[in-house]
Amino acid sequence: MNSGLITARSAGLISCQSCHLLCERGKRSADRICPRCGANLRERKPNSIVRTWALVLAAFIFYIPANVLPITTVISLGKAQSDTIMSGVIYFLHTGMWPIALVIFLASIFIPLIKLLVLIFLLISVQRKSIWRQQDRTRLYRFVEVIGRWSMVDIFVVTILVALVHLGGLATIHAGPGAIFFGAVVVITIIAAMSFDPRLIWDTEEVSHE
Amino acid sequence: MDTFIACHECDVIHHIKTLPSKGTAHCIRCGAVLYKHKTNSLERTLAFTLAGLILFVLANSFPFLGLKIGAQVRETTLITGIHELYVQGMQIIAVLVLITIVLAPLLQMMCLLYVLLPLKFGRLPKMLPRVMRFLEHVLPWSMMEVFMIGILVSVVKLAGMAKIIPGISLYSFLALIFVLAAMIVSLDSHLIWQKWEKAS
Repeated sequence: MNSGLITARSAGLISCQSCHLLCERGKRSADRICPRCGANLRERKPNSIVRTWALVLAAFIFYIPANVLPITTVISLGKAQSDTIMSGVIYFLHTGMWPIALVIFLASIFIPLIKLLVLIFLLISVQRKSIWRQQDRTRLYRFVEVIGRWSMVDIFVVTILVALVHLGGLATIHAGPGAIFFGAVVVITIIAAMSFDPRLIWDTEEVSHE
Repeated sequence: MDTFIACHECDVIHHIKTLPSKGTAHCIRCGAVLYKHKTNSLERTLAFTLAGLILFVLANSFPFLGLKIGAQVRETTLITGIHELYVQGMQIIAVLVLITIVLAPLLQMMCLLYVLLPLKFGRLPKMLPRVMRFLEHVLPWSMMEVFMIGILVSVVKLAGMAKIIPGISLYSFLALIFVLAAMIVSLDSHLIWQKWEKAS
């Protein structure tokens, strides 16, 4: 169905990742440097599948302590109260501020999880050389790439709370160990999405057409 | 090969055509955005960059939120918040916040200023390729717009506990987010590379 389309790879060309110049593929790997911007030329992102798998699994492991350990501890009049991400969401629900509860739930719990699940789905479908709804799968990848950064909201909230609520014996807020793991989850999932190469979704098609 | 472009999401080669005003070229196979027509890209991006740098200085030199409980008032700048995290033993988080809302936005604006200012006056910055490549790596880590939601959530969280006093830099932050977004939207890296190729 896509017989009129030529990919850069089949034409012996490489598109520069950095400046998008189409370059001829050098025979030796030393020749594979973009003549315009000097970036290394790579046909596909290196070891895309293995790297993305490794990062996704690492993120899944960190996702557990990120949700179990406290993200903030409020010390008020000598009493300490720890909050995890989920208990923060529940607190907002109980006090009737459901829009904020929704924002935190989406940003901190839903987005990282859905992102990891989508990446796993894409990885498996690419490894099985699936040709099922490639356009939709590319869209899914685009979506995952865009939403990832919004998970940082909770980290910023912790920073602001820690800076502001510092009233000596009256009330102080400390960041908890959960914040470190949560930060790790966000950064690792962002890098995981970057290391996945959406062109792999379409590569199978060429092979099956030839 | 300058008249062709490969889709960065599915690798199909397209012929580059001149677009009508405000037009966008999409990949015919996967629908990804290939390139856009941008009016006065150079001037607009430069203007937003300069505005952004001024706002950045304002946003980081004044307190952005204050908290009032009884007679006690505590004001905070962004840097003190990061410092506080660092002191509490959360160095990793402190560095992460420093990168995403201070360093990355600043570097992003400095890179663009370095590239665009000479280009505007018909000169060629020597390190253009290296700076443009660096910019590509910095962009995903600049998260000002996410920070704004963070401020919003914190304000609501603290509203029941104490009186919140918005600081000068809160408004600068707000403006900075829009200016940064406009700066990225108006940037046409294809045009910059064309100018570089023509000159060298």
